[in-house]
Amino acid sequence: MLQVTGIGAAALLTLSACGSSDSGSGASDADSSGASSGKKLSGTVNVFAAASLKESFTKLGKQFEKEHPGTKVTFNFGGSDSLAAGITGGAPADVFAAASPKTMKTVTDAGDADGKPSTFVRNQLEIATLPGNPNKVSSLKDLTKPGQKVVLCAKEVPCGAAAQTALSASKLKLTPVSYEQDVKSALTKVELKEADAAVVYKTDVHAAGDKVEGVEFPESKDAINDYPIAPLKKAPNAAAGKAFIELVKSSDGQKALTEAGFLKP
Amino acid sequence: MAANDTVEGGARRRRGRVPPLPLLVPALVGLAFLVVPLIALLVRAPWAQLPEQLTSPEVWQALQLSLVCATLATLVSLVLGVPLAWLLARTEFPGRGLVRALVTLPLVLPPVVGGVALLTALGRNGVVGQYLVSWFGITLPFTTTGVVIAEAFVAMPFLVISVEGTLRAADPRYEEAATTLGASRFTAFRRVTLPLIAPGIAAGAVLAWARALGEFGATITFAGNFPGRTQTMPLAVYLAMQSDPAAAISLSLVLLAVSITVLAGLRDRWMTAS
Repeated sequence: MLQVTGIGAAALLTLSACGSSDSGSGASDADSSGASSGKKLSGTVNVFAAASLKESFTKLGKQFEKEHPGTKVTFNFGGSDSLAAGITGGAPADVFAAASPKTMKTVTDAGDADGKPSTFVRNQLEIATLPGNPNKVSSLKDLTKPGQKVVLCAKEVPCGAAAQTALSASKLKLTPVSYEQDVKSALTKVELKEADAAVVYKTDVHAAGDKVEGVEFPESKDAINDYPIAPLKKAPNAAAGKAFIELVKSSDGQKALTEAGFLKP
Repeated sequence: MAANDTVEGGARRRRGRVPPLPLLVPALVGLAFLVVPLIALLVRAPWAQLPEQLTSPEVWQALQLSLVCATLATLVSLVLGVPLAWLLARTEFPGRGLVRALVTLPLVLPPVVGGVALLTALGRNGVVGQYLVSWFGITLPFTTTGVVIAEAFVAMPFLVISVEGTLRAADPRYEEAATTLGASRFTAFRRVTLPLIAPGIAAGAVLAWARALGEFGATITFAGNFPGRTQTMPLAVYLAMQSDPAAAISLSLVLLAVSITVLAGLRDRWMTAS
């Protein structure tokens, strides 16, 4: 129910945003309202999305192509920061899905988003340990025990910032062996058994299958990352882009995303 | 006197001659291509905040670690690389071509691949590394030693190539003369060959040092990133770029300045060697 009103609100916001900036975007506005009322879509949809969305968005892309014959969804998965830099630099994208509000803000501040971004999923941290959890890690505090080789994401990237928030919320001091440059490299160090544990996203633990074991910890509730999505102003295929966002926020889309370990917004 | 005149006259003629356009234009474009990005760094540098950013303890820590690790990696490269170059240049053995190809492989390999290879070999769970742990209790990933190893892995081929080239250019008859006069082969190497190829070794060492200083991919993959222990300047630059591009530019300037200083300081040796 909440989602439906969310979409409605987003659509209204989009409309009003277009209304206030009346030059140029009028045409795409008309297209988008046409799209939601079932007008035929065609062409390529360019989606720039955070790397953590790879599996679920690829699945949704296939579904979109099936629902709208004649369309093709192409993805550019990468770090949210570099994707945002690409968009503000003029990359031809229709949709941007970021792993943090901060990276989305880069795009909205540059005036490149068409309307207000909306949160479509959230991601929670989890501890990834070696298979079978040989060191019996059951809480964030267990990671602070001496002798444990723990890797964290660097504070500069979203997963690292979230880990710091969780640690300071629980007043724990954790000295890792390394601050990794992104969430995947932190996870890889555990997969290779070079580290005993890493603090990563639930979705990453899920994607790693049985190569790591996930341990949930209550402090992760204090550091949940919102994932915002927005249509873009200079979109070459605005109507199809908006339709793709509708699919992501639909119950089908949400199902695919929660299956990958994401939380509902 | 007369000889001097001819030399100067020759130099004047060379200077006066106009280079052909099909060479001059790409040459200048090439120069611009290499220099403009560096000038852009200077243009965009946040000069006002520079003193504050550069005096932060993290920057000094990273710079210090970079200089120490690059120097140690160069020493490792010298100790292991000069004998290796000698072996390649002065001895015959089956499969020498293959060995040379293997030695130069890290030159063309993406450094990240080098890091992955090091991790699978020397990691805690690696092919060799698991015995280092169980027999000696040594783990290399996430340590400063790991940084030196990663840098040496990437930088040593530069030294080997440079020294091997110099050895091939040096006349082997001096060595042979020394051995016929009763010196052992090692003594001949130490007393005759080594002084003969010293400029080549110096050039190779500078090249290896500079490469080690800029090493990023293998280091972050094999040694990780921890301030004061494994975070070298290139890693600090990369992470700063994620959140504070201005800081990344400042850090890049430091690295640029250090590199230029060293290359300029050793220019004479560099020139005579090449």
